[in-house]
Amino acid sequence: MEVTMIDNPVQNPQREQRAPAPAAIQPEEPPAFQVENLSVWYGKKQALFDVTTNIPSKTITAIIGPSGCGKSTFLRCLNRMHELVPSSRTEGSVRLFGQDLHARDTDASIVRRRVGMVFQKSNPFPTMSIGENVIVGLRLNGVRNRAILNERMEKALRMAALWDEVKNDLNRPGMSLSGGQQQRLCIARAVAVEPEVLLMDEPASALDPIATMKIEELTQQLKANYTIVIVTHNMQQASRVSDKTMFFYMGKLIEYGETKQMFFQPAEKKTEDYITGRFG
Amino acid sequence: MPDASAISKPVAGYMAPPSRTADKAFEWLTLFMALTVVLLIVLVGWQLAAGSSGAIRKFGFGFLFSTQWDPVNEEYGALPFIYGTLVSSFLGLLIAVPLSIATAIYLTELAPRWLRQPIISLVEMLAAIPSVILGLWGIFVMVPWLQKYPFAWLKNPHHLGWLPLFRGPTYGVSLLAGGTIVAVMILPIITSLSREILVSVPNLQREAAYALGATRWEVTRIAVLSYAQRGLFGAIILGLGRALGETMAVTMVIGNRPVISASLLKPGYTLASVIANEFAEATTDTYLQALFEIGLVLFALTIVVNLIAQLLLMRFSGESLGRSVQ
Ligand SMILES: Nc1ncnc2c1ncn2[C@@H]1O[C@H](COP(=O)(O)OP(=O)(O)OP(=O)(O)O)[C@@H](O)[C@H]1O
Ligand SMILES: [Mg+2]
Repeated sequence: MEVTMIDNPVQNPQREQRAPAPAAIQPEEPPAFQVENLSVWYGKKQALFDVTTNIPSKTITAIIGPSGCGKSTFLRCLNRMHELVPSSRTEGSVRLFGQDLHARDTDASIVRRRVGMVFQKSNPFPTMSIGENVIVGLRLNGVRNRAILNERMEKALRMAALWDEVKNDLNRPGMSLSGGQQQRLCIARAVAVEPEVLLMDEPASALDPIATMKIEELTQQLKANYTIVIVTHNMQQASRVSDKTMFFYMGKLIEYGETKQMFFQPAEKKTEDYITGRFG
Repeated sequence: MPDASAISKPVAGYMAPPSRTADKAFEWLTLFMALTVVLLIVLVGWQLAAGSSGAIRKFGFGFLFSTQWDPVNEEYGALPFIYGTLVSSFLGLLIAVPLSIATAIYLTELAPRWLRQPIISLVEMLAAIPSVILGLWGIFVMVPWLQKYPFAWLKNPHHLGWLPLFRGPTYGVSLLAGGTIVAVMILPIITSLSREILVSVPNLQREAAYALGATRWEVTRIAVLSYAQRGLFGAIILGLGRALGETMAVTMVIGNRPVISASLLKPGYTLASVIANEFAEATTDTYLQALFEIGLVLFALTIVVNLIAQLLLMRFSGESLGRSVQ
């Protein structure tokens, strides 16, 4: 089954009149995300200030910045997970290949099927087996055909570099895996529904160096098919895995550019201070 | 470089060394408390057995299977009461469990925030109503209403009247009325326990499901209920424990007739009710001993039901954890 797409994204006429966002980068392909003047509030507290940016498709974008600067908030706006916080409120728009994700008549479920997510802490469903955990998203999409399910299960587990370790234990509980394996299981679960984008919020922060390396390798392989946005606190990781890097500071997007550029000669003083660890 | 001597040095002079005595005392105290509970249970069982020893000797195992309850001729059997207790408790669960769990789901997953606390308070208020008041309400409001609408509907041969369960003339007071009042009585506890269990499901579980594009119902099903199933089962068992011992309100609406009839619309009697009703008038020794033995049966029944529940819980969790993909 294919992920449903809405053909006619309803576009806000007011937004149409506005001048196009000053795109920092002009890739040949159209950008995956176009974020315009995005602001987020939790209750009265503003967590994100007027962020405007494009995220190119089939690249890895890293988001860095000190704790509490709004990285997770920004990431969660990309698949409307921010809505799960009842007090949250947004302004501005987020488009995925032209479709306004935050529009009133866009179904959040469909957005999330197109934009998958992997969390900081692995969260497999404890009552499900390894295999069930991988295909649960397909089940939600109404896939009943056993052959298709098995095929997708294997494919997803291979993509997550987990197949060889679990192919004989698919019926074991998902919780019986090690922490790193569980995280890869969650990646398999996210890619099994074949989303267009994969969001990762510090996916390796609870893992040992080997498991971290596996996940980093994985992102490199997934890049061929997916747009990946990854939040990380680890500068080396950001410089190793990503093509582009965004630096957030106190809810503002301070700098965004090619990762190499950012790490070797950042344009902003704040970025440089943060990257070099000179931060109060 | 931190000062190494600071680490190797014992605690500073002005600090007391850690007290092991308090630790030990605490351990003994808690052990003693735990043993008190066990002792209490044993004591109650023993007292009941002692009080009923005469009847046990006289009637033997036949007591459990006899349907006679005839104080005039000194014939005593517990079966109608066991039947009445089990049936009314089961009916109570049947009605209360879906309601309670649905309420708990609504309260944790769906209800707007401002509505949650008022509903929780209302449910808790229901728990605070004294049993006898509920019984009065049962007699004057619930039973006539049940008689007029649901019973009339059920016993209509075009609906379910062809089932032996819903046959015969009805007077309102009945096993089903008893079960309904039991449901009202156990609803608050199952609801508030279930709610607490659902609240304790980590949000990360819900987010995992939401991130796959699950709708609210799907999130509840795959992330919340499956995570909480064990705890919910435990909540239901606690409710069942309450139901088995429920006395006052049930006595007032169940009809208090020691008979076993297939029809749920006929009167019945429960173990707890017969003790409460007849203790004062038990003039002969055998009568009193028979009532004690009824108490013993109720005690044993509660324990057996709980043991079965524990076993089920173990099997059920073992199975669900290893549920097959194929
Ligand atoms: N659910 C929430 N309710 C209220 N405020 C929130 C909530 N989540 C985040 N915030 C606030 O929004 C701001 C940004 O939080 P966010 O989680 O996006 O930070 P972050 O950059 O991901 O931090 P970290 O690196 O620690 O994960 C913080 O000041 C935080 O206090
Ligand atoms: Mg974060």
